[in-house]
Amino acid sequence: MYERYLSAASTYAHSVDHLFIVIAALVGFWLIAAEIMMFVLIFKFRAKPGRPTQYITGEEKHLKRWITIPHALVLLCDLVIIVGAISVWYDIKQNFPAADETVRVIGQQWAWSFQQAGPDGVMDTADDIRSVGELHVKVNATYHFDLISRDVVHSFAIPAFRLKQDALPGRTITGWFRPNKVGTYDIQCTQMCGLGHGLMAGRIVVETPQDHAAWLLRNTNPTVAAAQPGVPASGGKMTMAEARR
Amino acid sequence: MSASAKPIANTRAGTGIPTAKLITWWVIASEIVIFGGLLASYIMHRLGHPEWSEAASHTNTWAGAFNTLVLLTSSLCAVSAHKAADALDGPRAAKLLRLTALGGLLFLTIKGFEWTKDIHEGFVLSSGGFWSFYYVLAGLHGLHVLAGMIIMLIVAADAAKNRELQRVECIGLYWHFVDIVWIFLFPLLYIAR
Amino acid sequence: MSTYAVVNPHIEHDEPGMFKKYFWSTDHKVIAMQYLFTGMAMAMLGGFFAYVFRMQLGFPNHNVPGYGFVTPGRYNALVTMHGSIMIFWVAMPVLIAAFGNFLIPLMVGCDDMAFPRINRLSYQIFLISAIVLLSSFLVKGGAFGGAWTAYPPLSANGNYNLTPLGSVLWLVAVALEFVAFLLGGINFTVTAMNSRAPGMKMYDIPLIVWMIVLASVIFMASAGPLIAGAVMLLFDQTMSTGFFDPTRGGDPLLWQHLFWFFGHPEVYVVLLPAMGIVAEIIAVFARKKIFGYKTVLYTTWAVGFLSFVVWAHHQFVAGIDPRMANIFSITTLMISVPITEMIFLYIATLYGGSITLGTPMLWALGFIAEFLIGGVTGIFLGSSGTDIYLHDTYFVIAHFHYTFVPIAIISVFAGITFWYPKMFGTMLNETLGKIHFWGTVIPFNFIFIPLFITGTAGDQRRVYSYAQFAEQSRPALQHLRTTSTIALLVMLSFQFVFLFNFFWSLRNGKKAGPNPWRSATLEWTVPSPPPHGNFAELPTVYRGPYEYGLPGRADDFAPQNIPE
Ligand code: HEA
Ligand code: HEA
Ligand code: CUA
Ligand SMILES: [Cu+2]
Repeated sequence: MYERYLSAASTYAHSVDHLFIVIAALVGFWLIAAEIMMFVLIFKFRAKPGRPTQYITGEEKHLKRWITIPHALVLLCDLVIIVGAISVWYDIKQNFPAADETVRVIGQQWAWSFQQAGPDGVMDTADDIRSVGELHVKVNATYHFDLISRDVVHSFAIPAFRLKQDALPGRTITGWFRPNKVGTYDIQCTQMCGLGHGLMAGRIVVETPQDHAAWLLRNTNPTVAAAQPGVPASGGKMTMAEARR
Repeated sequence: MSASAKPIANTRAGTGIPTAKLITWWVIASEIVIFGGLLASYIMHRLGHPEWSEAASHTNTWAGAFNTLVLLTSSLCAVSAHKAADALDGPRAAKLLRLTALGGLLFLTIKGFEWTKDIHEGFVLSSGGFWSFYYVLAGLHGLHVLAGMIIMLIVAADAAKNRELQRVECIGLYWHFVDIVWIFLFPLLYIAR
Repeated sequence: MSTYAVVNPHIEHDEPGMFKKYFWSTDHKVIAMQYLFTGMAMAMLGGFFAYVFRMQLGFPNHNVPGYGFVTPGRYNALVTMHGSIMIFWVAMPVLIAAFGNFLIPLMVGCDDMAFPRINRLSYQIFLISAIVLLSSFLVKGGAFGGAWTAYPPLSANGNYNLTPLGSVLWLVAVALEFVAFLLGGINFTVTAMNSRAPGMKMYDIPLIVWMIVLASVIFMASAGPLIAGAVMLLFDQTMSTGFFDPTRGGDPLLWQHLFWFFGHPEVYVVLLPAMGIVAEIIAVFARKKIFGYKTVLYTTWAVGFLSFVVWAHHQFVAGIDPRMANIFSITTLMISVPITEMIFLYIATLYGGSITLGTPMLWALGFIAEFLIGGVTGIFLGSSGTDIYLHDTYFVIAHFHYTFVPIAIISVFAGITFWYPKMFGTMLNETLGKIHFWGTVIPFNFIFIPLFITGTAGDQRRVYSYAQFAEQSRPALQHLRTTSTIALLVMLSFQFVFLFNFFWSLRNGKKAGPNPWRSATLEWTVPSPPPHGNFAELPTVYRGPYEYGLPGRADDFAPQNIPE
């Protein structure tokens, strides 16, 4: 439904959107009902000469109904919303599908940097691919991310994925996403993190497996790859994104 | 209105509780949530950091225990001061209040010695989580003891002239509260290992 | 009983000097005015800040007339100060302190607050806190820019926030403001509990008094942990402790919990007095007893209680245990139930009335109409599933401005226009009042409806420019931002109508008389403005506050202080 403004490019983007619509329908109904009721009453009971006001305490049964029944119905709507909310939340934040790939996301004032396992498929080896400001992922692959921060609280947000998670210094927070639409999307930082908060932009490039393989090749430095594993990766090769900064 | 003349609002008691007492309870309630917040934070951290018990072992349990005794006895004086006030014996109430304040003074002196020792051993506010909480919690409590003493001496001065005797009970209440806070601090800061 | 019927000794005595009268007075009415005018001045400042950063958002990278160029650093400071000022130095002083001080003694029928000197002290501390806050603009590094939520480590470490002095001053100012309102709360609570006129039983107390007292209690009970947090943060800033520093055994999340444990109740602390004002006005202008007075109180208590168990809905994606989010999502949606009922009761009050749309009534009804929108949008955020996406987008901004502006602006204008005659003895000009009403409420919707859309389209908060973000910098969205800014300009320009009306009517408004609105509560039984000491003879109360349209009476209302 945000499509007009913003594409939906992850598997759970639509479940968020649908929940949004359900809530909009439920509360929208009550909002309009309440507003109409109010304006009708204002008009119907406007001061008229010769029509005295009525003495109503609100204890009268036949009038009280008008409060208690809607009250119960609103409670019902709340329950519906809760069920929807929790089920969506559970899928996104609590049970992760098995990972095809893992990526480490590092927030620091004021840039996002990323670390992915190189050809050997293991993290923290010499052939890891590190990039700043730009994350390349395969379409239709489930990614788990380990989110860390080097200084203050940041928030890793990809609107097109409907994904958001704060990055806290001193903790590693995990999450997942599964891009399902090729394209390039914004990465935001949505937690006030100081002077450059408004500049802390990144891009996530969702590409076909072929393109992704090609990109991997372009960015793995053969000499480093040859070097025996285990040696701390001395900042692997950087992407174009580096130049941009 | 001339500051001395009390407004009628102050003399009414719709709840049956005198205004002075209500205000005391309000102050105590707001203090409880403040110390509650600090203590809760401390306990959370303490559970998360077993290694802190090592630092805690450097605190002087005996000094803490003795201070607990001092505060408890001073609270006792406060109680009898209240009794004296009820018996409309202002001068006696004043005497007992001053005695209570003396207890507070003793408490602070002992704290002073403790802290100088800690600091000499190199444990300062910023030498780690435990010590930060130790100084902030005990320090904040110490400030309350000091404030309590000052108010108490003022009340005593009035009471000696048989004025504002109802205040004797209020400051007593406050003193008990300060006492109870310490009852919580002592085991949490000194004994918990 | 009868002992109270004495003639009030403090009534009308020799006039004290200028200074003593206006700056050193312990009279609750003078202190109310001090709070009101300070709050107004701060409101204009907060409004001005909003104007500056909205101009930057609407017309990026142009010089803002009357301010200059908005750098990222300045933008952050402006937003932070706007938020802090509007909540702590506008909403609270005006809604709770100004109306509370002015109304409570008059409405419960006594001569002053129970502790006048504590009352004066509370204002003086409040004034100092405001000065400290504003002085932070002058210090090296400038004012604090880490958002009004001041999350550490950013707020704790000068190397991160680059405003080492500003952040300390901000914290000190907020702490002082809290002390001021803890002291103020003493008087509101004690006076309402203890100093009521004889005969005024629990359920004869006007709703606004109830609401202000409950708000003070909620504030007192929720502020403590944050004061504790403020102490810790202050030591982190100045004494290099590590309470919130993960590298030193601290925990940044702790602050978030302490802050929101206060922060959420706080929003109801300002909501309740607004609800009270609206209740008084609706009853008078609909000539109706409040529909289910007691039920309104029960719902208020329910809200007060629930407000303490929802705080983590601000932290769904902050890194808390995901299972916790489910619990808080449930409690958050539950809190909408009592509020729903309260609002429905207000609407039901209109039923069977004889409604006249004076300016105060317009504002009161406007409050309900607009707050509903703010309320229902809270549900989108309360549902954890959608909040993953909406958190810290402009959807949140729009949500809480649809609650805060009705509260701190609309209901305040309602209250001012309603009690102005009692405060100053003259009537405001109705025509100007109506112009100001429509000129404020219509643009208000054009400011924030567009922000709902940009929010759902992914605009994140606290960003001075979207140039870095391809999706956000598309023209479609920029148009919406510009619309919002232009609407703000219109709204602000109409505020001058109010200011003119306010000060012009002081001299030229027609004399009000004691009871221009034919209201039944006690404050309208004394001359306008009330003399020092309020009541020539302290009243006795015989009935509830909203006895309108009692059958078998000549008049259509029965004042609380008339026997039989
Ligand atoms: C006085 C101000 C005020 C008020 C009254 C409210 C009221 C509510 N707020 Fe709001 N809120 C704020 C001020 C306020 N809020 C502020 C300032 C922030 C942002 C802080 C920051 O991050 O800077 C915020 C943020 C905020 C968040 C966090 C968003 C985020 O950062 O991700 C959430 C999430 O749950 C929330 C929920 C609610 C709810 C459920 C209510 C409920 O009380 C609303 C209840 C009312 C109604 C529901 C309307 C009447 C009912 C009907 C018409 C019937 C139909 C309803 C149903 C069917 C349910 N608010
Ligand atoms: C009471 C609370 C309150 C009020 C009333 C307002 C009023 C307004 N706010 Fe504000 N706002 C906040 C509380 C409030 N705000 C908070 C808490 C934040 C978050 C800060 C943060 O992220 O840290 C925020 C943030 C915020 C943002 C987001 C900035 C960002 O994230 O980048 C924006 C953007 O448009 C905005 C706009 C406005 C506008 C246009 C108004 C207009 O309605 C203003 C109109 C001004 C007036 C009407 C004043 C006129 C005054 C008089 C005429 C004097 C007499 C009046 C009285 C006595 C009351 N506000
Ligand atoms: Cu990083 Cu905002
Ligand atoms: Cu909230």
